[in-house]
Amino acid sequence: MGLREKGMGFLNKITEKSGYVNEWINVREADTSFDYGVLPYERKTVDHIRFGVINLDKPPGPTSHEVVAWIKRMFNVDKAGHGGTLEPCT
Amino acid sequence: MVVQLHESVDRKKINEVVEYFKGQIYQRPPLRSSVKRTIRVKTIYEISILDVRDKYVLLRVLCDPGTYMRKLAHDMGLMLGVGAHMRELRRTRTGPFKEDETLVTLQEVSEALYVWRNMGNDTYLRRIVLPVEVSTVHLPKILILDTAVDAIAHGANLAAPGVAALTRDVEANKTVAIYTLKGELVALGRALKNAEEIARMDKGFVARTTRVVMPRGVYPKHWKTKSETGS
Repeated sequence: MGLREKGMGFLNKITEKSGYVNEWINVREADTSFDYGVLPYERKTVDHIRFGVINLDKPPGPTSHEVVAWIKRMFNVDKAGHGGTLEPCT
Repeated sequence: MVVQLHESVDRKKINEVVEYFKGQIYQRPPLRSSVKRTIRVKTIYEISILDVRDKYVLLRVLCDPGTYMRKLAHDMGLMLGVGAHMRELRRTRTGPFKEDETLVTLQEVSEALYVWRNMGNDTYLRRIVLPVEVSTVHLPKILILDTAVDAIAHGANLAAPGVAALTRDVEANKTVAIYTLKGELVALGRALKNAEEIARMDKGFVARTTRVVMPRGVYPKHWKTKSETGS
């Protein structure tokens, strides 16, 4: 299987798991190189964390801002944010 | 959301008032808010009463992002004529994130980190931290050629020759997620044309890059600077 097929397969898998569907139009044929970049599910653990999201069940009490600060410290990362008080993005 | 009524009201009246809030509503952002305080139109797609106990009403609401629930509760109180306020609120869905097996507590996060750091096992961590791409599954998608990746990572807008594939729901002026052919999220953007048009284009911009996720230099640089084109 080519890398392009694997990449699209990954996107389709996570999309369908959340109940959405991708209807693709292929425009240009080229495949992608093995020499740079990485399949998202094959990232090294540190990169997986760096480009990761958590669907976090925030306890009532602390603000989302505070929880993001804790997550940053737990993971030792300098950038983290949250969207809609539910999912801090590491 | 749990709404606390300031006086008991009969169920029939509560049903009527809740029904009234279905569809378009008008809201002015509260005094303590960071956005411009002009009246905004929001849509309540679904609203249902799950339970009523004395002065407490448990509601399930599906609404536009940025709808003020506290305001909704207050306004219901006005309509009921007894006053009301929001007592409790829980977000059960946002974008593609739901209360499913991916929802984890801080305790679980901390345990998974412990197992990884002290036992060198990242299986649990990978179940808790999801690839960033998961947060964009609900968006229309454009896959780009390797040669276009680093320009986008530098913040450039996406031009037609860089497009490898796209989904049919790409629509002008709507947010799109831009990925490499390996499925890595490069950036978010705003589409400038519809999917069918983009598929037929061979020059010109197709999306304006609004938020870059991939660091620069992961993919090789493929654009030419002025001095390079000149020589």
